[in-house]
Amino acid sequence: MATESSQHEGHPEVGHVVPVRILLVTGMGLLALTLLTVWAASFDVGNLNIWIALGIAVVKGTLVVMFFMHLRYDRPFHGIVFVTSLAFVALFISFALTDTTEYAGNLDPGDAPKVVEKLNVLGE
Amino acid sequence: MTTTASTTHDHPDFLAHHWDTPKQQFEAGKLGMWLFLATEVLLFGGLFVGYAVWRGNHPELFKFGSQYLDTTMGAINTVVLILSSLTMAWAVTCAQRGNRKGLIIGLLLTLAGAGGFLGIKYVEYSHKFNEGWFPGAYFYDKPSDRSRTWDDNLPVPGAGQLVVPVPDTEARSIEELGLPADILVEISTVVPPGQGPSGLEELALTDTVHTDDHAEHEMHALQREDRPANAHMFFNIYFMMTGLHGLHVLGGVGVMIWLLIGAVKGRFNEKYFTPVDLGGLYWHIVDLIWIFLFPLFYLI
Amino acid sequence: MTTIDTTKPTPGAETPPVDNYLTHSSGIMSWLGTLDHKRIGVMYLVSILTAFFLGGMFAMLVRLELMFPGEQILSQDQYNMAFTLHGVIMVFLVIIPSVPASLGNFVLPIMLGAKDVAFPRLNLFSYYLWVTGAVLAVSTVFFGGVDTGWTLYVPYSTTGTEMNGILLLTFAVFVLGFSSIFTGINFIVTIHRLRPPGMTWFRMPLFLWAIYATGILQVMATPVIGITVALLAVERLFGIGIFDPALGGDPVLFQHFFWFYSHPAVYIMILPGMGIISELISVHSHKHIFGYKFIAFSSVAIAIFSFIVWGHHMFLSGQSPLMNVVFSAITFSVAIPSAVKVFNWLATLYKGSISFNTPMLYALSFLVLFTISGLTGLHLGTLATDIHLHDTYFVVAHFHYTMMGGALIAMIGGIHHWWPKITGRMYSEFLGRTACGLIFVGFNLTFFTQFMLGSKGMPRRYHDYDGPNWTPEATELFGTYHFWSSIGSFVMAAGFFLIAFYLLHSLFRGKKAPANPWGGRSLEWQCASPPPHDNFSEPPHVGDPYDFTVLEWDEQEQGYHWRHDLKHEPGEA
Ligand code: HEM
Ligand SMILES: [Cu+2]
Repeated sequence: MATESSQHEGHPEVGHVVPVRILLVTGMGLLALTLLTVWAASFDVGNLNIWIALGIAVVKGTLVVMFFMHLRYDRPFHGIVFVTSLAFVALFISFALTDTTEYAGNLDPGDAPKVVEKLNVLGE
Repeated sequence: MTTTASTTHDHPDFLAHHWDTPKQQFEAGKLGMWLFLATEVLLFGGLFVGYAVWRGNHPELFKFGSQYLDTTMGAINTVVLILSSLTMAWAVTCAQRGNRKGLIIGLLLTLAGAGGFLGIKYVEYSHKFNEGWFPGAYFYDKPSDRSRTWDDNLPVPGAGQLVVPVPDTEARSIEELGLPADILVEISTVVPPGQGPSGLEELALTDTVHTDDHAEHEMHALQREDRPANAHMFFNIYFMMTGLHGLHVLGGVGVMIWLLIGAVKGRFNEKYFTPVDLGGLYWHIVDLIWIFLFPLFYLI
Repeated sequence: MTTIDTTKPTPGAETPPVDNYLTHSSGIMSWLGTLDHKRIGVMYLVSILTAFFLGGMFAMLVRLELMFPGEQILSQDQYNMAFTLHGVIMVFLVIIPSVPASLGNFVLPIMLGAKDVAFPRLNLFSYYLWVTGAVLAVSTVFFGGVDTGWTLYVPYSTTGTEMNGILLLTFAVFVLGFSSIFTGINFIVTIHRLRPPGMTWFRMPLFLWAIYATGILQVMATPVIGITVALLAVERLFGIGIFDPALGGDPVLFQHFFWFYSHPAVYIMILPGMGIISELISVHSHKHIFGYKFIAFSSVAIAIFSFIVWGHHMFLSGQSPLMNVVFSAITFSVAIPSAVKVFNWLATLYKGSISFNTPMLYALSFLVLFTISGLTGLHLGTLATDIHLHDTYFVVAHFHYTMMGGALIAMIGGIHHWWPKITGRMYSEFLGRTACGLIFVGFNLTFFTQFMLGSKGMPRRYHDYDGPNWTPEATELFGTYHFWSSIGSFVMAAGFFLIAFYLLHSLFRGKKAPANPWGGRSLEWQCASPPPHDNFSEPPHVGDPYDFTVLEWDEQEQGYHWRHDLKHEPGEA
């Protein structure tokens, strides 16, 4: 480490300065995408709506992470950490969702008359 | 080799004793922060799982519920949060360039954004509460509103008791319900869960849920009794996700104020801006989560 | 702790007493407010062992109750609270933090050649989070207690009457979770950013690889238990229907949430133990570890795999048949990296010159017990057999073989291994070996009988096995097994008290420890015992951590040191 820092004559350069221009462009992009997603939601395309909205959100999220959060200029390992966390969430969602939709058909309908009926049977 | 080499060259105040160089310390802070952000993602991830599961099983409830959210308000809040993210990123750039004035202004603007967001959220929440869209058991009539036997000590059904939901009957006691008296019964105002994946199929057949534009203002006049069974589930997840997010915004306000104090005192300069950078990362993740919450709740 | 002083001159102790981390500063505040990873490690060690004692007392209550048919000393409710608190304390307060927070904190930076962990303040904060969580968890006894079992299953936890107890406990688990997360973050960053030049990834002792893999689990899994208990708390507070079916919730979803954390958590418990075992086996058989990279990568593989098997706890909970099959299949695959480790350890032992020191005896016990536990895990992971074995004592035996026979035995072995380093004192080898024998015998007596109980059909978490619902034959059979199981637990307890006795005794009367009593090659054996405040007074030799050829025995010092003919070679660094 000692050799590394002495190269910079006591001015160790840390981090990456993202120019204001890039930040502004990113911000404008985000605002435009917000408008786009609100506009897109006004069309009813059934199940597709949610995927469109999520797709736009992913693009927006990527912009935030890449430029606001400097990930584009950062160590790749930080990106790996972040993506891993997303992957685990995806894993969690997909397994849990697969399971709940699988067994949903087996659920006892919980409507009141049936419960009362059952109770009556019990009471006899 | 680790210890001896470092003591010789200059060791600025902000550098803790166990680091050799400011760069090493900065990189460690960054990695630590990214790991922390990963935990935040997973913390919210749990709620996203809940969202996916309930929505997967009860899509109609989500359609029903989201009509009561104000898309305009949500969109405005999205814009506010994005702008505050922008000012935060700008503040970080200022800090890195040693521009103290810029840093202070940037932080102030970000704080204003956070305050604005919370303000709008407050308006939204109180609106919901006024209309009676409460989370949880409060979604249904408070015990005192009705002559039901609701044991105040037991906001949720008690131990060893069976829960008998009594949605549409005037019967309010075990005798009136004609239930066997020797079974412990808790009479609940809460309607039981829907049936399977497509949930309340009966309800889905009625016009009220398959909403068209003209149905919408009709819906606002809905009385409690006319809400679909389990409608509270949408508001549960809505309040929990936005609530947890709101708490994070509140935390962000704390961080901003702390950074602001540091900036005013001149703690940060182009050599040392780690806290600003890390605070920024935190603020952006809060923004990022909202970017997903907005479409998931308001735009469906 | 600060008053350790030499009254008896010991061989090799003529050198003037040097400053070490224990004598560096004194006063109670120099401990409570310390940022020194070594002191924090020692505080964790003391606190965790205290919690272990408390959890052990609850276990004794449970064992006494079950020793004979019929109600013995606890009412049904008290029994439920006793096993719940036993489980909560042992899992959340003892085994999850045990190795990383105590031994890890102490040796990790030293093994790495660093002066401290990356974030010393966060380290102290996480200790106090642990303390807060511990106090909250234990204080549930005064607020009605909790009777749900450590798993907090819904609807027990949402409909019980012990409202305040559950709320406190959820809060405690949340806080403890953050303690664990911060430890994990700290260690990952330390390993990434504080490795001095020369300490490459593959020169790290395997213990560090294990701690690193554990860190991944702590960071990625623990937040989920946080949100789970938070949801449980709002459910109780506001009646939000998330998990409670009466409010429209889904109780199976709770189990998904719970096990998404808790299965990885069982590897949070065992991985550091495996790391210790790699050290013990190699050092005490004075032989290079076999298959270094396999062991290192299998730790990481286990960490990742362990995220996708959680459903094997839910085969009979209403999980869908499809997911049952998927989870069962993946469960089998996770056994592979564990087996890789076991075979590597055996290969390390092969033709080594094994010294049967106390730590080594624990390592060998671990090999036996962990193998049994892993194999019985496969019985449970098989769909058909699990139908018979689920929620019986077979499961209880399985996880005690893993958590106690695995994680805890490894930790005790580690304590014995590093005790000379931590305290600067040697304990009595004879008593050490005796206690290890007692524990090994007592443990097997306690828990092997439970495998039999379970396969004969004794359900877990039952207060009694007598009365009209049980056939007299069952009562008699279970009575015999339970009786011997309880006897075994008393033997084990005797072993633990013996350990406590001779370790405390060694603090005052023990021989002074040399820097390197066992012949370890990793860096912590190159600094003095106890280590100086800044860990190294002179730069250590970094190199292959299992290359023992560079060491030689010094009769006078009663320890190993760097071979004289190599003295001036700067190692590999
Ligand atoms: C080869 C590795 C392993 C396999 C295949 C395995 C498999 C299983 C299965 C299938 C169950 C569920 C049994 C049931 O409830 O019916 C189970 C329970 C359990 N296992 Fe393992 N396991 C393994 C290793 C471990 C390890 C290393 C630990 C801890 C350090 C552990 C801790 C537990 C615990 C605590 C439970 C019971 C939790 C409860 O219900 O209270 N297992 N195991
Ligand atoms: Cu498991």
